Amino acid sequence: MKRILLTLLTFTLIMSTAFANGQGEEETVKIGAILAVTGGASFLGAPESKTIEMLAEQINADGGINGRQIELIIKDSAANPEKAISFAKQLIEEDKVIAIIGPSTSGETMQIKDLCESYKTPLVSCAAAEDIVNPVASYVFKTPQKDSYVAELIFQTMNSMGITKIGVVAANSGFGNAGKGQLEKYAPQYGIEIALAETYDRAATDLTALLTKINAEDVQAVVNWSIVPAQSIVPKNMKQLGMDVPLFQSHGFGNIQYVIAAGEAANGIIFPAGRLLVADELPDSNPQKATLVAYKNAYESRYNEPASTFGGHAYDALSIIVEAAKKADSLSREDLRNAIESLTGFPGTGGVFNYSKDDHNGLGMDSLAILTVKDGAFALY
Amino acid sequence: MTSEQILQYIFSGITVGSIYALVAIGYNIIYNTTGIINLAQGEFVMLGGMIAYSLSQIMSLVPAVVLAVLITGAVGSLIEIVFIRRMKKSSVLGMIVITIGISIIIREIALLIWDEQIRALRFFTGNEISSIDILGARISPQVLWIVGVTALIVMALYLFFRFTLTGQAMRACSSNTRAAKLCGIRTSRMVNLSFMLAAGIGALGGCLVSPLTQTHYSMGSELAIKGFIVAILGGLGNPMAAVAAGLLLGLIESFSISFLPMVYKDVISILILLVILVLKPSGLFGSRQTSSLKDF
Repeated sequence: MKRILLTLLTFTLIMSTAFANGQGEEETVKIGAILAVTGGASFLGAPESKTIEMLAEQINADGGINGRQIELIIKDSAANPEKAISFAKQLIEEDKVIAIIGPSTSGETMQIKDLCESYKTPLVSCAAAEDIVNPVASYVFKTPQKDSYVAELIFQTMNSMGITKIGVVAANSGFGNAGKGQLEKYAPQYGIEIALAETYDRAATDLTALLTKINAEDVQAVVNWSIVPAQSIVPKNMKQLGMDVPLFQSHGFGNIQYVIAAGEAANGIIFPAGRLLVADELPDSNPQKATLVAYKNAYESRYNEPASTFGGHAYDALSIIVEAAKKADSLSREDLRNAIESLTGFPGTGGVFNYSKDDHNGLGMDSLAILTVKDGAFALY
Repeated sequence: MTSEQILQYIFSGITVGSIYALVAIGYNIIYNTTGIINLAQGEFVMLGGMIAYSLSQIMSLVPAVVLAVLITGAVGSLIEIVFIRRMKKSSVLGMIVITIGISIIIREIALLIWDEQIRALRFFTGNEISSIDILGARISPQVLWIVGVTALIVMALYLFFRFTLTGQAMRACSSNTRAAKLCGIRTSRMVNLSFMLAAGIGALGGCLVSPLTQTHYSMGSELAIKGFIVAILGGLGNPMAAVAAGLLLGLIESFSISFLPMVYKDVISILILLVILVLKPSGLFGSRQTSSLKDF
């Protein structure tokens, strides 16, 4: 009896080690993602999650990271910072991911910035606020263009149009408040007076009262900075109030659904954004064109909905992690971080990324183009 | 402030107030026959807008809106049959929790059907850029639709509850369920009808506001809270009072924006609600006697 037991024990031991070895050889590379797939910022999270699911399949079909398949673990934070924190801990400690993509919103990213830093886990955020990478945290990167570039580009455009007095409205969210701050910071440099700057609730449904207040200041233009549906409510309300000054929006407007919802009122809106929305208009010499057109076509044929710049940010985040992982000395979190920081000349959907020790955004102001809406479609301004 | 601006704030307040009122009317209809606070009322508004949007892709606007109202009415009736009827023994708080549960279920189903994108029904007259000049203030033609239809609904409800047999039967249920039963009124049918009516009115509201405010799967809860405040403010159980309270709240919010930053809008409206509830717990137009007879 004893002998049988002993044999069994040895057998199981051998089997289990063999099994473990087998697993070791084929072990997948785990990459975590915290995205606001549902909830108030689902406009960002849903296309982001769809994009990385699609991209991960493509990467795995092409051989993964040096022969190892990648495994995405996507968590839906519903734009809730508390959830983002607990998911980040779970991904880092339990799932042992090599890097985290997201979160979708600036507020959530700021909440887990320190966490990722202290656990030494690379975070590639899909959110825009400059605070994420300024001051630089060694493990925190981001793919969307900095909001300061967006603010400056808006002001440059205003200068060329001769606009000097503006009103600013922004959503009362991390993204909106950060954008409002950038606008207020750069306005004096460009000789522009902000007559009134106000925030509104992210679920606001009617902004005529606020716009009436701004209209009374005789502004020459209005800037709206948000990612929420108010982006289509502001233009509609402005037209209804008979305000015919130009409306500038942030890069958050890069979703054709907002244009459709705003209908006729969307025509003439001016906003800086990545070149994804006008990929087909770009000259072939543009280094981003191949990436942009490939992503756009793949996304649109698979999901049967227009690609947005937001999905592009997640596309960049995953591509950058995979590209860096291929070049890294090992797949440890530290080596991966070093590899991301030394990534240069990498064409993504948001621009050509050149990361460095001091720049964890990696994009220059030329990554943005001024776009407008013509006959219900995005066009270069 | 010039007179045009004052008028503009008034119009803005009326627009928002009518939206609140439409939600609050639904609360009151259900509360009247059952004593239930139905926090899924905002979801009916969302469903109306969404269904009408989907239908408007394959048919013209009027049948799409009518069908959306009917379908949402059927959903309301179904909810009563499946959930509410079985839980009659629950306490007031229990019913509130149940309706919150129902609202979450509807929201998640809507997310599955319509995904997370925003949708806007097309304008009933004109389009996104049309605007009407009234004494120097400018409004969208859709605002006239919202205000006009809200007024019609209120009048129709008044006539319905006062002069039709069914309407009187529903009021009887609210006064005294047992007595109503003894008089031969099928109270369960009246309760079902009240859910159908509340859902239908919510859906019609959802269709009316969709061109302006847009429809999103998660819009219901925000509306439910504001509608609830308005229903309490006016005095629960009185649809007419809800309209007055809705317009009042809309105007207060609108004028608060004129001299304070917009972030304080909700602070002001909640503050006023608290003051009124302390001074007059039965609501602005509610009678103390009636409210003391109710559980809630």
